[in-house]
Amino acid sequence: MSISITLTLNGAARDIALDDTRVTLLDLLRERLALPGTKKGCDRGQCGACTVLVNGRRLNSCLTLAVTLDGAEITTIEGLAEGDELHPVQSAFIENDGFQCGYCTPGQIMSAVGLIAEGHAGEDLERIREGMSGNLCRCAAYHGITLAVREATRRMAEDKKGQAA
Amino acid sequence: MNRFDFIQPITIEDAIAAWRPGAAWLGGGTNLVDLMKTGALQPELVIDITHLPGLGTIETLPDGSTRIGALANNSDLAHDPGISRRFPMLAEAILSGASGQLRNAATVGGNLMQRTRCAYFQDPNAACNRRVPGLGCDAREGENANLAILGWSASCIATNPSDFCVSLAALDAVVEVQGPAGRREIAFTDFHHLPGDTPERENALKPGELILALRLPAEAAQFATNSRYLKLRDRTSFAFAIASAAAALRLESGRIAEARLALGAVAAKPWRVTEAETLLTGHIPDPALFERAADAALAGAAPSGGNAWKIDLARRTAARALVMAAAGTPARMPALPASPFGELTGEPTHA
Ligand SMILES: Cc1cc2nc3c(=O)[nH]c(=O)nc-3n(C[C@H](O)[C@H](O)[C@H](O)COP(=O)(O)OP(=O)(O)OC[C@H]3O[C@@H](n4cnc5c(N)ncnc54)[C@H](O)[C@@H]3O)c2cc1C
Ligand code: SF4
Ligand code: FES
Ligand code: FES
Repeated sequence: MSISITLTLNGAARDIALDDTRVTLLDLLRERLALPGTKKGCDRGQCGACTVLVNGRRLNSCLTLAVTLDGAEITTIEGLAEGDELHPVQSAFIENDGFQCGYCTPGQIMSAVGLIAEGHAGEDLERIREGMSGNLCRCAAYHGITLAVREATRRMAEDKKGQAA
Repeated sequence: MNRFDFIQPITIEDAIAAWRPGAAWLGGGTNLVDLMKTGALQPELVIDITHLPGLGTIETLPDGSTRIGALANNSDLAHDPGISRRFPMLAEAILSGASGQLRNAATVGGNLMQRTRCAYFQDPNAACNRRVPGLGCDAREGENANLAILGWSASCIATNPSDFCVSLAALDAVVEVQGPAGRREIAFTDFHHLPGDTPERENALKPGELILALRLPAEAAQFATNSRYLKLRDRTSFAFAIASAAAALRLESGRIAEARLALGAVAAKPWRVTEAETLLTGHIPDPALFERAADAALAGAAPSGGNAWKIDLARRTAARALVMAAAGTPARMPALPASPFGELTGEPTHA
C-alpha cells in the first residue's frame, strides 16, 4: 500500500510518497530524508535517543508510524539552530558537559526543548531529572544534562522577558 | 513487522464500519507499534483513530460526573487542572508511568488496552496461551519474578501493567464503548478479565468495539483531599511497577467514612479490594488498622513462580499507600510522583 503525506520538516514543506506503511518517523528521517541526527537506540520507546518534536511536543519517533503524520510539523536536532547560532539548549549542553560520547545527545536536547515548553519542571533539579527520565545516557552524563537543562530554562525565560520588555 | 493496510477515518461510524477481523485500532501507537515490531501482533489493517472528532475532550457533565474522551493524551489528562484537583491519584498514577515522550503520545483508550509486559507474550517464538491459545505458557518455568500473585491460573500468570487503571478501578470508573451493535457501558472493575482457561480474552470488549470515553462518578471527587498512588519500581523513574497501590479515604470527624483500595502489578487486572475497604470503614486512621487492611487485601495471594517476595512487598505497599492517603494529598504533585522515596506528604528527597 502506498500513501503520500505532506510534512513541514524543520520549517520546510515536504511531500513524501511512502511505498510502505511500516516506515517509522525515525527510519523516514534517517534512511530516506538524509537526516541522521536523530538516533536509534532501542527502537522500542525505552531510551529516548529518537526524540523529536511533532507539532511542538516531544515524542519517540521510533514508535510513530510515518503514515499517521500527514500535515504534521516536525522539528529534529538539525532544525534547532538558526544558521550558526545554536539554540540555547544546545549551548547549555556544551557549556555544562551535558554529554560524553554524544550518542544520546540529540534525543536529550530535543527532549529538553519539549520539557521546557511543557513548563512543569521549571528550574527544580529534581523535577528536571524526573522530566528527563525518558532519555537514557549510557555514559551517565546525567549531572551535566540536568544542569544544562536548568541553565537553558533560565536563559530562555530571561530571553522571553527581554523580548516582552 | 508484517505488511498492513492503513486507513485514517474521520467519523466514528466510518471507523466502526471499517473494522474487520485482523484489524487493530491505532491510538498513540506506543504499545501497538512496539508489539508489531516484535511480531507478537500482526494486524492486516491498522485503523488510525486519532482523527476521529470529539474524542479528546475532558468535560464535567450535568450530573457532576467527569467524562474523559478516549483520545485525550496521558500528559494533557494528568495536567488538566480539574483532573489533578478532583482526582489527584489519577494524575499521580499517570505521571508515575512511562516517560514524558510516551505520555505525550499515549491515549486514554490505549492505556486501558495496553497488553501485559510478560516477556513471552512479546516474543512470537515463545509459547504463550494469551497470544496463541493452547500453546502453553513459557513463563511458568521461565522469567516470572514480577508476574502475578493474585487471580492467576494454570494457563497464564501475567499481570496488567497499567498504573492509570489501578486508580480508575479504585474510583469506580465506567467505560463507554461503541461497536457494530451500538453503544454500551462497562463498569471498570468488569473491564479487564482474569485469565481462567481463556487468557486470550483479556477484556470485556467485543470484536470491533471502540472505547469512546471513561466516566468518573461525581462521588469519586469526594476523596480528593486524601488519595495517593504509590508505585514501587526497580529504578527511581521510567519503569513499570513491581507493586503499586491506589488508596483513597473520605474522612468525617476524624473517622474513615469511606475507603478505596486497589493494587497494581499483582494480577491480570487492577485488583480492587472491597474487603479491605469494609474493614477500614468507621475506624480512626491508624497504621495498625492499615496493616490489617493490607493483610486482608493480600489474603488470597499465592506465588505463581519465583515471586513469593512480591506478596510481602504488595502488602507493605498497600499499607504505606493508606498511611500516605491519611496524611493528605500534597498541595503540589511531588517531584517524583508515586515514589516511596522521601517525605510522606512533602517534597520527596532524591533516592
Ligand atoms: C518503554 C515504555 C515504558 C512504559 N512504562 C509504563 C508505565 O510505567 N506505566 C504504564 O502504565 N504504562 C507504561 N507504558 C505503556 C503506555 O502507557 C502504553 O503504551 C500507552 O498507554 C498505550 O497508549 P497508546 O495510545 O499509545 O496505545 P496504542 O499503542 O495505540 O494501542 C494499544 C492497544 O489499545 C488498542 N486501542 C487503542 N485505542 C483504543 C480505543 N479507543 N478503543 C479500543 N482499543 C483501543 C489498540 O488497538 C492496541 O491494541 C510504557 C510503554 C513503553 C513503551
Ligand atoms: S504468563 Fe500469560 S502472557 Fe506470559 S507466557 Fe504465560 S500465557 Fe503468555
Ligand atoms: S530509539 Fe526510540 S526510544 Fe529508543
Ligand atoms: S553521552 Fe554517551 S550515551 Fe549519553
